[in-house]
Amino acid sequence: MSSIVTRMGDGGTVQMTRDEIRREIVEGSEAAAVKAKVPVLGENEVDYLVDMFCCPSRVWGVERGHEAVMTKDGGTNTLISSRLSSGIAAPIGRETAVRLFERAFAFDSMEVGHIDYSVKPSKFIVSVEQEHMELLQHTTVFPLFYGFMPNLGLYYRPDGQFENPSDLLPLGRIDEARRTQEEALEACHDDVVWQSRMFAETGCDGINYDTVASTGDAEFLATLRATETISSTTDMPVEVSMAAEMVLGFHGELEYKGTRLAGLWPHQQMKVVEQAGAAIFGPVVNNNSKKSCAWNVARAVTFVKACTADAAIPIHPNVGNGVGGVPMFEVSPMDMVSRASAAMIEIGKADGL
Amino acid sequence: MGTGDPNGMGMAHALASSMGGIKTAGDLVARMQLNEKMRLTEAKQYVADKLGVSVFDLSDSTVMRTVREELDIGVVTAVPGLAKGLEAKARIAALLGIRINSVERLKAKTGLGALAH
Repeated sequence: MSSIVTRMGDGGTVQMTRDEIRREIVEGSEAAAVKAKVPVLGENEVDYLVDMFCCPSRVWGVERGHEAVMTKDGGTNTLISSRLSSGIAAPIGRETAVRLFERAFAFDSMEVGHIDYSVKPSKFIVSVEQEHMELLQHTTVFPLFYGFMPNLGLYYRPDGQFENPSDLLPLGRIDEARRTQEEALEACHDDVVWQSRMFAETGCDGINYDTVASTGDAEFLATLRATETISSTTDMPVEVSMAAEMVLGFHGELEYKGTRLAGLWPHQQMKVVEQAGAAIFGPVVNNNSKKSCAWNVARAVTFVKACTADAAIPIHPNVGNGVGGVPMFEVSPMDMVSRASAAMIEIGKADGL
Repeated sequence: MGTGDPNGMGMAHALASSMGGIKTAGDLVARMQLNEKMRLTEAKQYVADKLGVSVFDLSDSTVMRTVREELDIGVVTAVPGLAKGLEAKARIAALLGIRINSVERLKAKTGLGALAH
């Protein structure tokens, strides 16, 4: 039986037969369906993925006419930052980088963001950030977001002023762990709202809250409340992009409009994000680096399909390193990124990426 | 999109599935998603109707290059005399019938009110 060259979730090359690839795809879809209690992929969708992974072509793409809209998190960090953002430290300024994304790379939209990318450090230099946004609004045509991570983790000791729930929980001090999260989320929420309002004055086209719920349900609640405030009191649309496929229940009892946040899967997260008034939702599906890319892509699009099937707002799933079926490796292989990209749109029915 | 080296991540997605930004009509469809919360199909149809082209044409750079120049809403190459940056966005706001925050700010700063098109 002929052997097909494909990749594992860590990017390493592996050979499989067509039957093995089909089995990986079916099992990947089933893994998502069992976790989130959503439908598995249909036979035609499995066939598409099998053909895609068995095709020897180096690059895959969507059918002409099926192209979708790209939004970008992490701003221009891939050009101007270091390896912490898979960056190449190009000797150019942020304004030049944004112009290159518009003109040279033909991106549909772009984002301005602080190189650290968390709200807590970026708020101290907000005037610099505002100035860059204002100047770029004069010279660019495509929509420009300002982006940052709420990153509640920075509000806990040793970085912040609040007791760290990760220190309290192992000691069984559950109530104290919950109280410190409730206090910290208020501080994080206030910073997110303040920073967002600073950009509503600059002519910014939208704000992107990225890597949301990286520290669990308390961070998600802070972000949802901020989304509600900014969406309802400014003319600046909000994009909410997640950190992981499931909201961790570090607190466990927090709710938004009657929905318990701990344990929500992408299609359930989408509902509360919609309720909060967001314009775009970015679900995340984690990669399993020990499984094949066929398994990971099938699992990711199954989650996303359940999300897009019921959404009223555009869905832009995250397809970066280690999420959305893309291998977990610093330097991304185009053969698998292009396949994950196309599958998200053709099968996941994403409105953008 | 997500984090990754610019060639392996950004360029791969751009080639595999992106509309193509101001090279085509990607920026315009993005604006309808952002401003009006339109899903992709609805946003494409809206923009196509406003531009007087088919939905299929929206991602075709050979069609959109001419359309964008004729409408003077910003083109990807450097062409003297055509609308740039904020000028192009003022024309896009009028064409699509949407509010663009930077254009509103320009009006407020200059007192120009409704801009000439």
